[in-house]
Amino acid sequence: MEIKRPATAGTLESSDCQVMVEAGDGKIDFSLDSAVINQYGNQIRKVVLETLEHLGVTDVKISIVDKGALDCTIKARVEGAIYRSVNQTENLPWGGAIR
Amino acid sequence: MNPNKKRLRRTMMFLNAQKPGLIKDPYIYKPDSIMLDLEDAVAENQKDAARFSLFHALRSIDYRGCERVVRINGLDSPYWKEDIRCSVAGGCDSIRIPKAETKEDVKLVESEVIKAEREFGRPEGSVLIMAAIESARGVLNALEICEASDRLFGIALSGGDYTKDLQTHITGTGIELMGARQHLVIAARAAGVQCFDTVYTDLNNMEGFRQDVETIHLMGFDGKSIINPRQINTVHEIYTPTQKDIVFAEKVVKEIEEKKAQGIGVFTVDGKMIDIAFYDGAKRTINLAKASGVYKGDL
Repeated sequence: MEIKRPATAGTLESSDCQVMVEAGDGKIDFSLDSAVINQYGNQIRKVVLETLEHLGVTDVKISIVDKGALDCTIKARVEGAIYRSVNQTENLPWGGAIR
Repeated sequence: MNPNKKRLRRTMMFLNAQKPGLIKDPYIYKPDSIMLDLEDAVAENQKDAARFSLFHALRSIDYRGCERVVRINGLDSPYWKEDIRCSVAGGCDSIRIPKAETKEDVKLVESEVIKAEREFGRPEGSVLIMAAIESARGVLNALEICEASDRLFGIALSGGDYTKDLQTHITGTGIELMGARQHLVIAARAAGVQCFDTVYTDLNNMEGFRQDVETIHLMGFDGKSIINPRQINTVHEIYTPTQKDIVFAEKVVKEIEEKKAQGIGVFTVDGKMIDIAFYDGAKRTINLAKASGVYKGDL
């Protein structure tokens, strides 16, 4: 998938995270702001990269502000931002690229 | 028939599907069902994001036996079909139709659920349906709604919208809901499905809440929609049979079975006249006691 426009998903509430995506410069550029970055930074990065891989996104600048989100929330917010960036809200691949 | 159609549903707790903090661990409060809401609780510009949140919650969170019902958006919105695809793919147990007014509404949702079950490889019939009645027309059509689909396990009154349609408002006395409540219970019983009461929104008035639950319990409702965990225990307490009820029900069941074998149709238990008409009610009390974890007998 190719990022068409900048998009965000999620909030700064507890247990959530806010994900911002925009077109990259040929690679995945990942940045993370989290109070638990020392304990969970690697796990969050792993979940984000796996989610992008499932979606077939290889060229994106992605920034995340984490407020203690579970893995399932991180996936949901990354997918939410990516699909907003391509303006797709119907006929989504539930259980396929979204998993 | 899906074995979950008749499961115990004393409490259905509404949760905004868009809020990770709410949907990550509601099972700790032990409601019988959780209602993951894609409709009114979710702002118009967050409908898409709520679905991703819902899908992954359904897929990855162990709700420990709580039934997972999803309230989809209205059939007059552009969202409801994708809501069903997302919910069924995620593995939800049931779909709640908002603002149901006719049997066609139920059939329309049923056809999309069947399509989604096929698309996502779920067994046919595995996803149940319930209908929320929110208008005068819906109340008057309650029986045809209840009988519209084998998957429909029950109907629920939605008091806020219903009273607006009736050109009145929620008073806290229940007067404005009396006719609809009685009519819905009668329709549900006639069709052999369950019936659930509307939410009680004044969280600071627990005495009023208790009275409300006692009323709907006596009217025959199977349970109540709730909006806060602190309401759960009150409902479960009122819906749990007392030891006196259980002992009496046990005697009734055993005596009816014994007397039937002896060819006796009418007899007395603890000074009360009993016949076969009491059998189903007594069995229901025993089953409710078992489901509530308070039955220690051998029936």
